[in-house]
Amino acid sequence: MKQIIQCQLNGKPVELVVDVRQSLLEALRSHGLTGCKEGCGVGECGACTVLIDEVPVDSCITLAIRAEGRVIRTIEGESINGELSPVQQAYVDAGAVQCGFCTPGLVMKTTSYIEGLAQSAGGCCQSGSNGINRDDIRREHAGNLCRCTGYQTVVDAVEKSIQYYSGQK
Amino acid sequence: MFPIDQYHRANSIEQACHLLAENPGSKLIAGGTDVLIRLREGKSGFGSLVDIHDLDELTGITHTPDGMLQVGSGVTFTRLINFLKSDGLLPALVEGASSIGGPQVRNMATLGGNICNGAPSGDSAAPLLVFDARVTLQSQRGKREVPVEEFYAGPGKVHLEEDEIVTQFSINPESHQNTGSHFYKYAMRKAMDIATIGCAAACKLEDNRIESLRLAYTVAAPVPKRCRVLEEQVIGQPVSRKLIADIASMVLEELSPRNSWRASKDFREHIIRTLADRVVSEAIIRAGGQL
Repeated sequence: MKQIIQCQLNGKPVELVVDVRQSLLEALRSHGLTGCKEGCGVGECGACTVLIDEVPVDSCITLAIRAEGRVIRTIEGESINGELSPVQQAYVDAGAVQCGFCTPGLVMKTTSYIEGLAQSAGGCCQSGSNGINRDDIRREHAGNLCRCTGYQTVVDAVEKSIQYYSGQK
Repeated sequence: MFPIDQYHRANSIEQACHLLAENPGSKLIAGGTDVLIRLREGKSGFGSLVDIHDLDELTGITHTPDGMLQVGSGVTFTRLINFLKSDGLLPALVEGASSIGGPQVRNMATLGGNICNGAPSGDSAAPLLVFDARVTLQSQRGKREVPVEEFYAGPGKVHLEEDEIVTQFSINPESHQNTGSHFYKYAMRKAMDIATIGCAAACKLEDNRIESLRLAYTVAAPVPKRCRVLEEQVIGQPVSRKLIADIASMVLEELSPRNSWRASKDFREHIIRTLADRVVSEAIIRAGGQL
């Protein structure tokens, strides 16, 4: 049940050979993009989070053929020429990475979150003054489980991400 | 890989109906957040799929000037929440939809899927019941419309024929205008959890008396359930703490919560009474009532 689909993957147009029965997670990993992880496989842990048309989804419960004609972003596309994205840098600086298994999914979720904030604030996303509190951050990341950090440093990382992202603008 | 034997992509409602009729035993897949998990578990009956994900015809939301609300069955919860919030509509449905899964799940999961799944715990069910929502079904044999309340047939079962597809949910203006509403999901975790008990209330007041109260629960009976007898009894009553206490003491008569590994019957009964108080109080306050 193979099919060839076309999509944009981390900024580049690609053709992927996928099986109709495959999840997007399986298709991406067999394409060599092993950054997205299978944690639970049932859409509860968020370790497989990727962005489809900028919307974060659990790739383990998304059929690969749904990527047809879409723009897909995975963790592999986030650092450019070896330079970490603001969100990645924030996770490093906040010490929000321990075993690292949940990190790619969390980084993708945070990325879509802060890009969405910046958009809704008219391209200007200011930390502190835009009314985002730590509860909002937790609620936004409720679909990502982390068994190491206890989440405090993850929330710190998201706060830093907002700062770094607006500083970069 | 998912054990899918047959896969058909539908490009219109008409084609979906045709595919269902041509391939008996096929199941519809929309967001996939329930169907793919069943497949992964190896549950039988999901081998042949008709995909209706992201069909334009199913992803519309309209709110007419007179207050009629129509939501396509393929609308994701994220979109539904954003739409209702920006127009200040149906707070109870916003709260119900927001308590489903987590953000990634809400980006995929659809209103139609949550109802057709038939789960007694569906978080959108109680809000739809208190807004007297109706569901539109279509097949090659024609269209029909039934109240969501009557659409539920039993645990995990809805009155959806094999060749039918749910296309839309409709809510009349009088069911949500000048109404205070609230939904609360009691669960062990704040996200990514199945409700222990869910409760929705919608209330209309006149001179601080109950003009109408609609109260519905999930996980309190084999199907999401309205408390019809209680609703009749409170019409015309002045709003007071005593009325709320009476409602909380009467509410169990129409419900039949069960023991499960998630929670005991006794505990569920306690939560049902507690939520009757809190949720009805909040709905009354939101309707402009004085307590």
